Amino acid sequence: MNSKGKSYYLIPYYLWIALFVIAPVLLVVYYSLFDLDGKLTLDNYVNFFTPVYMRMMLNSFWYAFLITLFSLLVAYPAAYLLTRTKHKQLWLLLIILPTWINLLLKTYAFIGIFGTFGPVNNFLDLLGLGEQQILFTGFSFVFVSVYIFIPFMILPIFSALEEMNLSLVDAARDLGASGWTTFRRVVFPLTISGVRSGCMAVFIPALSLFMITRLIAGNRVITLGTAIEQHFLVTQDWGMGSTVAVFLIAIMALFMILTGGSRKGVRG
Amino acid sequence: MRNTRRVKNKNGIANLYLVLVFVVLYAPIFYLMYYSFNSGGTMHKFEGFTLDYYREVVADTRLMIIVINTLVIALLSSAIATVIAVIGALAIHHVRSRRAKNTLLSLNNVLIVSPDVIIGASFLILFTIVGIKLGFTSVLLSHVAFSIPIAVIMILPHLQEMSPTLTDAARDLGATRRDVLTKVILPIIKPGIFSGFFMALTYSLDDFAVTFFVTGNGYSTLSVEIYSRARQGVSLSINALSTLIFLFTILLVIGYYYLNQRKSRPPMQIAEPVAEAGVPR
Repeated sequence: MNSKGKSYYLIPYYLWIALFVIAPVLLVVYYSLFDLDGKLTLDNYVNFFTPVYMRMMLNSFWYAFLITLFSLLVAYPAAYLLTRTKHKQLWLLLIILPTWINLLLKTYAFIGIFGTFGPVNNFLDLLGLGEQQILFTGFSFVFVSVYIFIPFMILPIFSALEEMNLSLVDAARDLGASGWTTFRRVVFPLTISGVRSGCMAVFIPALSLFMITRLIAGNRVITLGTAIEQHFLVTQDWGMGSTVAVFLIAIMALFMILTGGSRKGVRG
Repeated sequence: MRNTRRVKNKNGIANLYLVLVFVVLYAPIFYLMYYSFNSGGTMHKFEGFTLDYYREVVADTRLMIIVINTLVIALLSSAIATVIAVIGALAIHHVRSRRAKNTLLSLNNVLIVSPDVIIGASFLILFTIVGIKLGFTSVLLSHVAFSIPIAVIMILPHLQEMSPTLTDAARDLGATRRDVLTKVILPIIKPGIFSGFFMALTYSLDDFAVTFFVTGNGYSTLSVEIYSRARQGVSLSINALSTLIFLFTILLVIGYYYLNQRKSRPPMQIAEPVAEAGVPR
């Protein structure tokens, strides 16, 4: 279809790109330049570099890092073992299935599980540790987030492991490498692309989750996402909210450039 | 002898680990379902079996309206998004220059990788500036907007697998552009269109963060409603509702799996971008 001038049927798609991809980003940047009274100013950016926001940003990063790390630690062995099972596809489907259940419902379940009289506290009681305050702590936030993100970490690692040539592992073993060495020198480097996309799929959303912090961490944990939500929907300070969003976008872009250097486009 | 025992033991630990992962993944879901039948009204002490909460859910007209809203938005937005996505996939496919193609693809994927708070906040600004009242229209438009890129990604591989000789042959035989599109291209990429629609549907049904930003007062979808109820604490009607949603989800998945099985393609091919696709919204 190389005849030119007849491609007006493409308009809806390009319109979508202009209106819903490019315009929103520009609008966020534009709004970040206004204060509460609608005055053009750079105050928001100055504000962002005060200790309050800096601490929040560090906090946010630290939690996102922890969530990504623990997801990886749980997911890698699970993905590896999954490739060894019979009926892999079925097991994989079972891993994916919970992701199709509304995130809020799963989070809500943990309000019961971690609650004062919930099963976890009962169990701790049984062990003689007594009741603990689990809900509304950093721990519960990390736990629930890891729970939510595990499938998204397993999937890319699983496909990377599946693509790996198994004869390389055999070769390493034949040449006398121990199991650990084989893993460290052969398997892991070969699946690093999966690990990378898994980390990306977890880290960025982990920076911006706000519903889990609200429901599970009871405002104890404030992430960049919580701050944006707060500014937009509660204090109505769109300017400051947009400023935080601008930084989140910048971080995201930086992160993608750093980790995604070798990322190919969409399958071919 | 010793050797085989060691291997067996290792397998045992491995299986135990996998079983543990599955237990943890499913425990909260079954926990919710179990307590939906609790007459005690709490999520920690099971007193007796009751179907009261299910009755409560069904009798709640407000909730039923919200369920209908959610379904209407999901079906309508995925249908519109799929149509635009077909156009988008064709656009990307027809671009010759590699650089332009990559640029288009990156623009396409922006909304997939963006955090939802940002999508929500920026759409809120957009709608306010344009003057669209928050409610049905704004929610529908946002759902269409964030479903398009994923549908494009599901359709594009099918276009790329299609042999270009097919369209050339059709053209040589005198088919018009329209014929080529409707009689050759669309039938070939049909599986992609279906999975695109399905992904858009699950995206829309699942979305919370974006919708939360662009619903005004008085209009609500299920996830927004669940959020506001959950913030008020435990209420077993949410449990009953989640059980119903879980069953509905399973039906959807089985349906999708069955559709996929019938085609000779390998079931549930998971490509890298798709792995990112379902990340909490």
